[in-house]
Amino acid sequence: MIEIKNLHKSYPMGKESLHVLKGLNLKIEEGEFVSIMGSSGSGKSTLLNIVGLLDVHDEGDYILNGELIENLNEKKAAVLRNKFLGFVFQSFNLINYKTALENVSLPLYYAGVGRKERQETAMEYLEKVGLGAWANHLPSELSGGQKQRVAIARALVTQPKVILADEPTGALDSTTTDSVMDLLKEINNEGMTVFVITHEEEVAEQSKRIVRLKDGVIISDEKVNQKVKA
Amino acid sequence: MFDIDRWREIFQSINKNKLRTILSGFTIAFAIMLFTILFGIGNGLKNTFKEQFAGDSMYSIYLWAGKTTKPYKGQQSDRQVQLKNDDIKFIVDNYDSKLNGITPQISKNFQAVYKGEQDNYSVTGVYPDIQKMESAEIESGRFLTLLDLQQRNKVVAIGRLVEKDLFGQLSALGKNISLDGISYKVIGVFSDPGGSSDERKIYAPFTTLQRLYGNTDELGSVTLSYNPNLSVNQAISFSNNLTKALKEKHSVAPNDQGAIRLFNMAEVNRDTSNFMMVLNIIILFIGIGTLVAGIIGISNIMVYIVRERTKELGIRKALGATPGSIIGMIMMESILITAIAGYVGLLIGTGALKSLGTSLEKYFITNPSVNTGVVLGATIILIIAGTIAGYLPAKRAARIKPIDALNDN
Repeated sequence: MIEIKNLHKSYPMGKESLHVLKGLNLKIEEGEFVSIMGSSGSGKSTLLNIVGLLDVHDEGDYILNGELIENLNEKKAAVLRNKFLGFVFQSFNLINYKTALENVSLPLYYAGVGRKERQETAMEYLEKVGLGAWANHLPSELSGGQKQRVAIARALVTQPKVILADEPTGALDSTTTDSVMDLLKEINNEGMTVFVITHEEEVAEQSKRIVRLKDGVIISDEKVNQKVKA
Repeated sequence: MFDIDRWREIFQSINKNKLRTILSGFTIAFAIMLFTILFGIGNGLKNTFKEQFAGDSMYSIYLWAGKTTKPYKGQQSDRQVQLKNDDIKFIVDNYDSKLNGITPQISKNFQAVYKGEQDNYSVTGVYPDIQKMESAEIESGRFLTLLDLQQRNKVVAIGRLVEKDLFGQLSALGKNISLDGISYKVIGVFSDPGGSSDERKIYAPFTTLQRLYGNTDELGSVTLSYNPNLSVNQAISFSNNLTKALKEKHSVAPNDQGAIRLFNMAEVNRDTSNFMMVLNIIILFIGIGTLVAGIIGISNIMVYIVRERTKELGIRKALGATPGSIIGMIMMESILITAIAGYVGLLIGTGALKSLGTSLEKYFITNPSVNTGVVLGATIILIIAGTIAGYLPAKRAARIKPIDALNDN
């Protein structure tokens, strides 16, 4: 699903340049639940941005869904993001003047889906995350956990290939963290590839594979033996 | 291409961000309103000056005679020069192509009586030319003719308001009125665009009054109106030539300023047209200034709006919005607000001008109004400015990486 070969990325910092990713190799198969762990500065956000087509890499290959990503212009990136990727952010990033339903249906608008179908599909996904009753509420009327569920519904609504979650529980307390993680696990169990970035061990442990980054290189990559929660 | 979904997005964005919309709309509406009102008042000033200086008298030359101040050709100074009927013939014979009309004038203030009604009017003895010189329109009957002049008929043409005063609802045509105790037949009633004082005049054949009051062929003053096709300079040189010829005819020294006196409105017109030009420049300056202020206002607001929406735009991009769709959305919103607000400002401005109406006439402002084309042009300029002002930041916003926009707080 996602294949990265010898990926490099640096950011210019004045006259110097900051070498953030130093030759990463990573292969994620369809249906995996991978978490990327690392402290701040390890390059994990940069990796997510590149995987999420929000940023471009300098060197190496990135293959998404069998397609080599190169010479990507903004328009093409937007189309690919819409088609293959669903984003979940730490700060939810819902549009504050749109209701839950409108937020969820927005990616469908950019996918060119008709209005009626958009609303039906969006409602379906809101119900899936248990917020059907909140469809017409604004983000400001929802709790943090509810907002993240709306964001997850929004990420899912275009039926992407991969869900990219950047610290999805970073702004949540432990109870809602668990419920959001349960939701991500449930999605993964239905066959969706989930790619989570986190610095919390408890979160990473709930995934199926943990990749640890340090100073722009992968220092470990191991499968997790999922404990069944008591 | 009409895209209902995009319009829905725009209307939602406008609706849900009322303060922002009102702010930018207000700037535009206010600029257009100010523009309209200032322009209208400027035009009102212009109208006043046009009215004051550009009536029938605009093309007039007044001619009269005085005493000589210098001895010439064996004649002493301090001799009274007298214009006579043959001077008119002389002018017509020599300068016909330069003339629109010519008439001597002899004015008397007479009491006019018809049956029980009476009032005082200015009765002027004139040539038939006065009709075109005053742009008088015959309402009923006819105007004075050359035949009336030759036969010294006791007939008058009266102004519309004289008929109204003396005859009420009845027609004055064919009735006899008494002026200074002498009976004249009303042969015509005229209206005059010059207003009520011109419509309270009574015109009689010049020769009739000349015979009755003096029985000579002497003229008091002569009014000419020059051909409106003449430029101001041509008109002035015409009157200079005329003065020279008349001095020659009456044996007055060419450098004698006293005996043949002439006043040419063209000289006033020259000053007036200079003044009008300055006024035009001032109005133009005010108009451009207001527009520039409006353009700066809308530009600032558009920059602010795009800045405020950076994060939202980042979210939209992460969800699959193309740069084109971002630019399109912001610009359509900007154009829509500017167009509607501009129209509102135009309505308020013209409404205000209309309600001012005649109330400012004592401040020299007559009929303040604006050419719709000018205001539409101004609105279009503002819309274009708003579009450009929206385009530049929108383009930048569409270019920034979504991840930067998302991290923007």
